[in-house]
Amino acid sequence: MSTDDKRRLALEKSMKEHNYEESALLEILHRAQEIYGYLDKELLMDIAQSLHLPPSHVFGVATFYSYFKLKRPGQHVITGCLGTACYVKGVDEIMRAIEKEYNIKRGESTPDGKLSLLVTRCIGACAMAPAIVVDDEMIAKATKEVVLQKIKEVLGGDKPESR
Amino acid sequence: MGDAIVTLKIDGVEVHVPEGTMILKAAKDNGIIIPTLCNLEGLTPYGGCRLCLVEISGSPKLFAACITPVSSGMEVTTQSEKLKEYRKMAVQLLLAEKSHVCSVCVANDHCELQSLANELGVDHTMFERNFTKEEIDSTHDFLVIDRNRCILCTRCIRVCDEIEGVHTLDLRMRGKDAQIIMDLDNKWVNSCSCTSCRKCAKVCPVGAIYIEGEPVGHTKHKEIAEFITERRQRKCK
Repeated sequence: MSTDDKRRLALEKSMKEHNYEESALLEILHRAQEIYGYLDKELLMDIAQSLHLPPSHVFGVATFYSYFKLKRPGQHVITGCLGTACYVKGVDEIMRAIEKEYNIKRGESTPDGKLSLLVTRCIGACAMAPAIVVDDEMIAKATKEVVLQKIKEVLGGDKPESR
Repeated sequence: MGDAIVTLKIDGVEVHVPEGTMILKAAKDNGIIIPTLCNLEGLTPYGGCRLCLVEISGSPKLFAACITPVSSGMEVTTQSEKLKEYRKMAVQLLLAEKSHVCSVCVANDHCELQSLANELGVDHTMFERNFTKEEIDSTHDFLVIDRNRCILCTRCIRVCDEIEGVHTLDLRMRGKDAQIIMDLDNKWVNSCSCTSCRKCAKVCPVGAIYIEGEPVGHTKHKEIAEFITERRQRKCK
């Protein structure tokens, strides 16, 4: 059995547990992202058909929440918090510095899939603003220099390909 | 909806309407017109455009008339200086949000947003205009969507779901990124569920969805409202 079948079976099991209820959509999207890592259109269509929901509705829900990722995230993920506190404390400037350094836009990955730059609304660490998360590790009271240094560290020697 | 009749005052006039009626409908049935862009008789009320805001005595809040049910003894004010200011503001925000240029719009002279702006005396907007540059999707045989003119009233989504029953259209993202989409954000021609029924074009209050080569003028919203109500009643019997 291929990995894909196993993943599909796990998702099927979760949907069955919810009795293919339309109202379980959010729950199932969560599970699907846990299993697959991200939600591509094929997967969303599959879920829509299994739950007998219009595909546009499923897509609408999946894009409404910033938690759901529609593109495959890179090997290393940097998430900038754009909540009010972080924004006021200048997270935008740091984000722009990262964008410039690696030539990517927020919400995108480098072409070689090494690095992703994502944004989120408030990670609940407002006292530590501005907060940037680099591979599950939060950098509190971040500055441009610290963040860029940290990214360099997680990337190791290899500089991601720029477009 | 019960059979009980509720008595309330709208602009000082005593009206009697069935329990559960929304203020907007109650006012309309008694000849009082409250401006609205997102509401359309026959579709589920949405409460998105905030133009039907009214004052209810005893509360400092403003209420959207299309989603506030009547209650006994309510005293509703539909016209006041304060409300006019709020409505003007809402129209200005709508005009600034996307790219509304009447002179090049298919709906010019038949646009609900335009006529409302005229009515309220909005001849400019005090907010910086966004002038969005969204791509126009004209891949469908005859239906065109220009998202730069969309005011996100969701009439098309509701008519597609509730009347046509296919739910091809929906909203993606939120806030300033919100857009009308077909299926999984596909081009219209690739939509697997669209039945090309044209209802979305007919209910669009502006020139965002239109039928290629056809003037927008003849799709007066009143006619379509009657059509929808009639269809719905026919279905219920």
